[in-house]
Amino acid sequence: MTTTTTATGTYAPRPGAAPLLRMIGAQAALETKMLLRNGEQLLLTVIIPALLLTLFGSVDIVDTGAGKAVDFLAPGILALAVMSTAFTGQAIATGFERRYGVLKRLASSPLPRWALMTAKTASVLVTEMLQVALLTAIAFALGWSPHGNPFAVLLLLLLGTAAFSGLGLLMAGTLKAEATLAAANLVFLLLLVGGGVIVPLDRFPSGAQDVLSLLPISALSDGLRDVLQHGAGMPWGDLGILGVWAVVGLAAAGRFFRWE
Amino acid sequence: MRSEPVVQVQALVKRYGTKTAVDGLDLVALAGITAVLGPNGAGKTTTVETCEGYRRPDSGTVRVLGLDPVREAAALRPRVGVMLQSGGVYSGARADEMLRHVAKLHAHPLDVDALIERLGLGSCGRTTYRRLSGGQQQRLALAMAVVGRPELVFLDEPTAGLDPQARRATWDLVRDLRRDGVSVILTTHHMDEAEQLADDVAIIDAGRVVAQGSPEQLCRGGAENTLRFTGRPGLDMGSLLKALPADCTGAELTPGAYRVGGKVNPQLLATVTSWCAQHGVMPDRISVERHTLEDVFLELTGKELRS
Repeated sequence: MTTTTTATGTYAPRPGAAPLLRMIGAQAALETKMLLRNGEQLLLTVIIPALLLTLFGSVDIVDTGAGKAVDFLAPGILALAVMSTAFTGQAIATGFERRYGVLKRLASSPLPRWALMTAKTASVLVTEMLQVALLTAIAFALGWSPHGNPFAVLLLLLLGTAAFSGLGLLMAGTLKAEATLAAANLVFLLLLVGGGVIVPLDRFPSGAQDVLSLLPISALSDGLRDVLQHGAGMPWGDLGILGVWAVVGLAAAGRFFRWE
Repeated sequence: MRSEPVVQVQALVKRYGTKTAVDGLDLVALAGITAVLGPNGAGKTTTVETCEGYRRPDSGTVRVLGLDPVREAAALRPRVGVMLQSGGVYSGARADEMLRHVAKLHAHPLDVDALIERLGLGSCGRTTYRRLSGGQQQRLALAMAVVGRPELVFLDEPTAGLDPQARRATWDLVRDLRRDGVSVILTTHHMDEAEQLADDVAIIDAGRVVAQGSPEQLCRGGAENTLRFTGRPGLDMGSLLKALPADCTGAELTPGAYRVGGKVNPQLLATVTSWCAQHGVMPDRISVERHTLEDVFLELTGKELRS
């Protein structure tokens, strides 16, 4: 140390980590910026949910049961928005960060790994807030009249985010980036159709319904619908399903995630 | 200033499956610039990445600035700068954006604008990383390694694929780092890079250090140097050798092509040319072949350095 503390000049060593909160804030800001700059990500997280809501909310294509279509659709589209950001978007972005050595390089920076994951979560939550604001505005424009306990809605969104994040990171940390890209998009499409987002689950055969209703997307859209459309209290069943997915997904991601 | 070792590697073994990448490697790097020289696949990157904390040794010990790079990573990371061989940047990030970000992770970073200027990254403008040239990507990676004002930087093939001008700019920065008290460990398979920059060179082959020392020491340790010239055939070598120091050798290799072996210094050169002058010989194509690291490497390993 004596050699370094006495040295002078432009590059004279003066090492030190920035304060943790500043690091996490900077990391979250950068991650959010990267996401918003990426065209394909925006398509998934903003354009597709907004289009689906506008289209199916204003044109009667799918029979959404009694009441206004938007009252059925808005909760499903909010669930889709959470899935698109926490699962699809995060899986693809993280998969390519791993592939291009971004995670590796950051691992040798002063930013601890847990702080990187915290920043990723913060970035997902910020993006979701923007999505929710936009989709809520569109839904209100289409005549949406939501009910229910805002706290229950928040809890559902957070648990849904945790569940989808775990699954997205598990995929990103174990598969090749290209495989993650393909699989995450495929899963997005399948769950969009089969997860009660725009097509009510009761259109499926009853055997299939039992399985589909255990999916995280079904639990999230069903729970949000119970509260926002039907004014239910705490949808404990759906929260339970999301909780199990969150625990299993995050634990598996923590166990199997490879940084390189 | 060359006191405590900045890197100490003892009996390092690292295997990937059945392949042994590093096979009982010992290396001590002091303050200053240490070049780890070897052909592709010799174990350079594995060794450096073990020092950076990316790989756990299968056996042996590694200490960087006195710390264990895996168990004491949190204390070590702010003090060490890392330049990966490739990648490490968000494909959608601009060069200045990424560099500013890495700067924000440190308490006392360098002036980012000055560093951008210094490394000629200002011309990258709004171009995102994936569209930068290979040379620009390399220089950005170098900037990211030094921006946090580390005590020690690891540069893995810092000039691979750079044009000569960018290469010199990188060398200049590395020299300035040393001048200001930053230690540098760099891997390379360019012997001129090691000769130009390094205080100390460790030659690695097949996962082991086969020789270590200053470039001068390593070059001196090998065979003697050689002076060659051409003249008219049939010169009297006996007469020439009488004029030279006793330990010199001389021979006419092919008619008119002469070789003198021994300690080649200005005195020897003057003696040879004055002998030629006395005998009315014009020593055409006179040349001095000094022993290079490349020759040392060839002798030690039987392999070409560039592979």
